[in-house]
This record gives sequence, C-alpha cells and structure tokens, in this order.
Amino acid sequence: MPTHTFILNGQSVSVDCEDGVRLLWVLRDLLGVKGPKYGCGLGVCKACTCHINGRAFNPCSVPVADIQPSDEITTIEGLAATVGRDLHPMQQAWIDFDVAQCGYCQPGQIMAAVALVEEARASGRPITDADLDGLRNVCRCGTYPRIREAIEAAAQQM
Amino acid sequence: MAGTGGELGRDDQAGPARAVSRRRFIGYLIAAPTLVAGAQLAVEPAVAAVPTHQAVDEYDLTDLLTDATKPTAHLITVEVNADGTVSFAMPRAEVGQGITTAVAMTIADEMDLPLDRVRVSLADARPELVWNQLTGGSNSMHSLFFPVRVAAAIAREQLVSAAVQTLGGAPGGVSVRDGVITLPDGRSVSYGSLATAAAVPRTRLVGARLKPRSHYRLIGTPQGRVDALDIVTGRKQFALDLDVPGALPTMVCRAPTINGSALAVNNRAQVEAMPGITDVAIIPHTAFVPGGVAVRGETFGQCIDAIRALDVSWGPGSVDGKSDADVLADLGAAELPLGPANPAASTLEERFTFYFRPGDPLETNCAIADVRPTGAEIWSSLKSPIWAQEQIAQNLGLPVTAVTVHVTQGGGSFGRHLFADAAFEAAAISQKLGKPVKLMWHRTDNFRQGRVHPMCTSRVRVTYSGRNVLSFEQRHTSVGTDFTHGLGELLSATYGTEPKQDFLGYSQTVFNLSANVPYNFGAVTQALNEIYDYNTFNTSSVRNIYSPEVCVAKELMVDRLADAMGQDPFRFRRAFLRDRRLRAVLQKAAQVGRWGRAMAPGTAQGIAVHKEYKGRAACLVEIDCTPATVSRQVENGYTGPRVTRVVYAVDVGLPINPLGLKAQMMGGIMDGIAQALTYSLHLRDGHFLEGSWDNAYYTRQWNTPLEVEVIVMPPTSDRPGGAGEFGVAASMAATACAYRRATGTMPTSFPVNHDLPLGFTPLPTVPPIPPSPTDGLQNTF
Repeated sequence: MPTHTFILNGQSVSVDCEDGVRLLWVLRDLLGVKGPKYGCGLGVCKACTCHINGRAFNPCSVPVADIQPSDEITTIEGLAATVGRDLHPMQQAWIDFDVAQCGYCQPGQIMAAVALVEEARASGRPITDADLDGLRNVCRCGTYPRIREAIEAAAQQM
Repeated sequence: MAGTGGELGRDDQAGPARAVSRRRFIGYLIAAPTLVAGAQLAVEPAVAAVPTHQAVDEYDLTDLLTDATKPTAHLITVEVNADGTVSFAMPRAEVGQGITTAVAMTIADEMDLPLDRVRVSLADARPELVWNQLTGGSNSMHSLFFPVRVAAAIAREQLVSAAVQTLGGAPGGVSVRDGVITLPDGRSVSYGSLATAAAVPRTRLVGARLKPRSHYRLIGTPQGRVDALDIVTGRKQFALDLDVPGALPTMVCRAPTINGSALAVNNRAQVEAMPGITDVAIIPHTAFVPGGVAVRGETFGQCIDAIRALDVSWGPGSVDGKSDADVLADLGAAELPLGPANPAASTLEERFTFYFRPGDPLETNCAIADVRPTGAEIWSSLKSPIWAQEQIAQNLGLPVTAVTVHVTQGGGSFGRHLFADAAFEAAAISQKLGKPVKLMWHRTDNFRQGRVHPMCTSRVRVTYSGRNVLSFEQRHTSVGTDFTHGLGELLSATYGTEPKQDFLGYSQTVFNLSANVPYNFGAVTQALNEIYDYNTFNTSSVRNIYSPEVCVAKELMVDRLADAMGQDPFRFRRAFLRDRRLRAVLQKAAQVGRWGRAMAPGTAQGIAVHKEYKGRAACLVEIDCTPATVSRQVENGYTGPRVTRVVYAVDVGLPINPLGLKAQMMGGIMDGIAQALTYSLHLRDGHFLEGSWDNAYYTRQWNTPLEVEVIVMPPTSDRPGGAGEFGVAASMAATACAYRRATGTMPTSFPVNHDLPLGFTPLPTVPPIPPSPTDGLQNTF
C-alpha cells in the first residue's frame, strides 16, 4: 500500500493508504482529525472545507495521491496556530456573534470565510455583499445572517 | 455529591412552595384567556362583530406534551460536584436549538452560580422517565423550566443548610453568590466543599422556594452558546466523531425507488475483495430498518466505491411509478367536504399545494452500534431515545435492560431525530456482521430515501358580508405522517388517541391541538384528512408538520379578504385579530419594519402572524421579484426572487436567552423563505429527483436577506414557550404574501418554483450514489 506524506497543521505526517481515497477520509478515518465534517462528499455543501497552502479546498474531492509532500494542509484544528494565537480572529468573531447553532457546518464555514477575506485582501479590496453571496457553504440551521456579520467584523481584525 | 429531585406534584403545598403554585396557576391562567380575549374585542371598533372561538385556545399541543412529563418530573435531578460545578444530565436532545445553554442559565440563576460552572450533558435513554425524554413540538424549555428550577432550588437550599450545619450558626442572613455561601459573620464556604456533606441518603420530598423573576441575573440576558468554543475549534463531537473500538465505517447501498429492498447481490466476492472492504451483507427492508446492502470498510471513501461497484437485484418499492401528480390526485380525492355554501355572502376560495420537502439536517443519518450476543450499545442523536431503546431491543431480540442507548450531540434535526432509522439500521448491521459499525448515510440517500415533510393541500373558503367575515373553513389534506416514534405512544397514553395503521388519529390530535385561526372570522372550522399508510412514504415533522402550511393558506386568504374589503393588510389584521399579544407583535413588526413605505415596482412588503407554543409571532418581509434579481446567475445554484429584509417580532412568554431565541427565529426565517420560494423534492416514477444540496434548494447565502432583525418582546409570562419551530410559519406566510403583492399573482403551489422546469440534471438512481469528485484542487480560493 502506498505511503502518503504531507504537512498537516504544521506537522509532517505519513499515512499508508490506497491512492484514490479522498483526503477527507484520510484525515477523519485514518488520522483521527475530526474537525472537517462530511456533509455530502460531492464538493457541494463545503462542510469539510480546509486549507491547502493557504487556499480553501474540499478534501472530499481530492484523492490523497494528489497531495504532495510539501503541501501544507490546515484543518480547523490548526487554524489558530497559523496566526500564532489561541483563536483566529474569525473563530473569535464566530463566538462574539454567537454564530453557531448545531455547529456541524461551522468548521467549514470558518475555513471558507478566512480564505474569502484573505482573497479579498490580496486583491486590495474590502469584503462586499457579492463576496458573501458567493460563499456556497450550506448551513441547514440557517445561521447565514450571523455568518455575514461575523465575517465582516473579523475582516477588520485580520 | 448531592442529587436532588424537583417534583411539580409538591407545588400545591402551603409554605415555601406557594410561590411555585402561584406562578403555575398564573401560567394556567395565561393558557386559558379565551373569554378575556373575546371581551377585548369590544375595544376594537373596526373589528367585525362575529367572534371566533376554538378549543385549541384553551389546551394545545404544548400543554399535552408538558402534561405528559409531569408524572416523572421528580426524576429530573441536578448534581453538585466536589469541584464546585453542577451537572445536569438533560433528558432531551441538543441538536443546535440551544437548550443546553438555556437550561444551564436556568440552573445557574436558581443556584447563584456562574454560567460556566454548570455542565449540561445529554442523558442516556432512561426508560423510567416514560414520556419525559422526548424532544419535540418545541416543548423542551416549557416542560423543563419548572422541574429544573425546583431541583436547582432544592439543591441550593440543601447546600445552605449544610453550610450552616458545618460552620455552625443561625440559618438567617446567609447569602450566596457565585457558588460561595457567606454567613452573616463573614465566614464563607463553597458549594464544592459542601458537595459531600450536603448529600442525602435517599430522595425526600421538600418544598422549594423559587426565585422571583426580578431576581434573575442570567435569564432574560443574551448569552452565547455554552459549546461555542468547542464548535469553532472543531472539538465538538458528533456521533461520527466518536471513537468506538472496532466500529469501522459502514454505509448502505440503497434501492433505486423509495423503500425498495435488496433481493440478491450478484458480485459479492468482487466487492468483498475491493481495497479496505471487510464486509458485504444484505440488510432486509423492514418497517423499522431502511436496509439495502451494507458495506463495511477501513474508510468511508472505500465504502462509497464499494457501493458503486455493487450489482444488486432490487425488489419493488412502496410507491413505484408514482409522481407528484398522482399524489396530488389522491390528495384531491381525499379532501374533506366544505360546508354548504351561503348564497347571501360573498365567497373567496382557494386550494394550495405544498410539495414534499427534505427533512435533512446537515449531519446525515448516522449511528454507531456495537451489538453482542448478550447486549448492545448504541450512539446516535435521538429525540425519542426511550422508544428507540425499546424498539432496538425488540428488533435484536434482546431484553431492554441489555441495550444501552447514548444520545450524542446532533448536527441539526428539525424533527428528523424523533426517528431512529440510523440507530435501528446500525444495530441490524452490527448484529448481522457480528462486529461494531459506524454507520453513515450518503447525502444522496438522505434526500432520496430519507424522511420528508409530507406533501399536502390546504383548501380555504371564506365568506364575508360588508366588513364582517362570517366564516372561515380550512380543509387540510396530507400524505400520512409517521407517528411510530414515541410521540405516537405519548398521544395514546395522554390523550386517549387510538393507534391506527394510518395514524390518522394521532395526526388529527396534533392538528387539532395546533391549527388555529386567531382572527374574528365568525364560524371557523379546520379539519385534516390523510392518505396512505404511514410507511408508504417516509415522513416526519420537518420543523413543524402542519403549522406553516396551514398558516400560509390562511394568511394569503387574509390578504385576499383585505383586498376584497379595500383594506390594508396590516390594518385589516390589527382589526380582526382576537388576541392582544398578537396585536402587540404585529404592531411592533409593522413599526420597526416601516410597513407601507414606498417600494419600487417588482418589490413589495408582506406581513403575517402566527400563534403556537404559547407564543406569538409577526413577520414583515420585503421581497425583490424584479427581473434583474430573479435572473441572477449562480453556477449550479438556483436564485429566483430574493427576500431582502425581514423583521420578526416574537413573544415567547418568558425569553430565557434572547440571543439564542433570536438565532432560532433567524433559522426559522431561512426555512420559511426556502419553503415558500425554492425548497422541495420532485417525486418522479417512485423516487425523488433531488440528490444534492445543489438540487434541493435550501436557502444559500445568495438568497439570504441582507437585513434580518428579530425583536424579542418583553416577558408576558413567567414561563418560556417554544422556539425551535416558531420562526417558520409566520416567515413562510409573510414571504408568500409579499410574493403575491410584488408579482400581483396569487401563488397556489409551494415552493413557487416547484412547477418550473427542473434546474438540474437528476443523478442516476443506479448506482444510488454519485462518484466522489476528484477536482478539488481545481476549485480552491
């Protein structure tokens, strides 16, 4: 069985796994990293959103063999460490605005929100309603309005 | 450790319990205001002179559910721990509705503790609680509020007694703050250090002096969720996040039509040899187990691949060949007749259709089961765990005492987890394989074989003469709702409802205890009929069963009536409402929402009210139906009209946590918008076409209102009403009313886009689930 190596939340990890297994299951079932959630396995609901080299992606849609040894995968568990704090400003905003209800989709929402703000900042512009409209993450509890508020607030802190 | 019980049966005692008795008495008084409401009508000169009275005004579903918990209220216990914390194993499910936070606030207030020292966990199934471990009908805070406070108050008083005894001194003048008891002479002792000394060898009945509302420090103040930090750091554990030794990922290959069963696996050896796969087994479809072909493996990803590789011979399902139009025809044939026409009156009449919609939370059906010859252990989000435990024991042929059922944190429910389908299925698979399993449903299965809100029609006829409404008749006809869960047994035991194959008796009880017309519309009749046996379709409550549809049909007809009488929809409602609290929320929503402000062509306001769960709600919606908005393009997404602004005024009696309450209303509003405009399932040839969130159009960010304001009204009661489902009906109705005013057309089928051409290409039904994508690295941002 092939061995796959990559950087997970700042640590190099190796895992023996068939090439075609999607990264979500490598994280959850083999490495025990449970923050990224299964919501559809189709790249639609975005509940599993993580970062690869700082960009948001859905590990349910990436065979583990596509991950290179130098790739840095960040899950919700490793987000705060990327800014050297106990909580990332986005996580803090989520608490300040009491965004979560059941919480199942929220790790993915937070990871997507961070990437959205970083992307806007990289192009030198503030977050707009159109940017927020473009977030595809499903929240079946319907927390969308608070998600928007929290992102706009966190963008000021990032 | 001190365990104390609070019993409502002591309320009527003299002495310390008098305050409780008085408050409950008031509660009942508040629950029975009909004659007063009638008398209040006289102060509204514009109101028609034909009053309305309904039995549901006096006794509703909330009363029934709460009454069912009373005999076992003394089994509600709080525990004081040596570390100064207080634990409460809550006999309810937390599925996002925030009751762990609200209950923790209640305990903290009653015991003078900081919120962070109260630990609320979810109790395992406790059969001795009988009807007191059911999470449904938006009833939890209403039914738990007094028992929890009584238990907490008794614990506090016991701790104070122990402090006086331990330190020596007189019982008077003792103060308690933040879990520290201070005697008049300044000596103090903490709860934690008294936990053992305060313990009693057995429960005894004592009176409890509950705090008056004016002494609350937390109740009524906005508090963030107690699990917020765990959620944002990914630490909150749901069923699939638990590590149970040997419980490998397990999924089921499901039939191409609803409730089909697997007859044979034609390539078992080939699939068993696939990488990672440990087991392949047919799981028969039964009344309790959905079933199909189970596969168990090292990873869920390999289970998905195995399911797609299976070659299965399938038996027929329960609705093969049926489509939306067939069900609609069956509903039409079963509709109860309206009364005789009144030729002297003007008549308005309409029939509304509400299509099936998914009951999916974001967490798909899942459960862990470890079934051994001598016993079983189950983990799942369950709102009726006692019934689940009994049924699992029966399914497995084990004594109930040999089955342990753990209630896990749920990733949403909306009524779905009243049923235990995943737990039943996991138990069946584990027994068949002789191994522990961690069962997860695929999203596509959740949509296609999961539980759905029953399709229904609502026919309304209104008669009026001049400015008086003479009659309002509503005939609701629905696909049968499944009441096999514990609520059905509760209705039998509490309300004397006879169980039937089609459960119509249960349904009618729920309908009669919730449907209402809060207007002076003269002679009001509302009646329900149902079609099909309960297991023809897999149905459940989906954040309400009847209320949103009944409300939409009613409120749209109210707008038509207002038009017919040449009146403004808001002023018409204000004049005809026969309930003071409803007029108050209506006035508030209209005022904050600036009802009647100038709106551009193609946009409009809508307003609607709803009464349920001892609460009152009014919703004002602004909708944009302009071509530019309706034709917005979102890749693989549906746009349509956009609700741009919502103002929601809610009176729940006693709001415990306004921040959580607002969250529940906000979620309900997102549901209401979706149900009115976009969210449904299309039945074609015995199966549902939708298979992903890009097919079933629940509200997404691009259809989220840019402004949502929820106003929590000041307390009108000493007791909290319901919240979980209370945001849906008024917002769905207000959206429908706004759509009607913006487009100038009466919407008669919901969601309004259901009859438009399909906006997606349906996924195949064989194999039942699509392949896992491989393009994730091409879609980063």
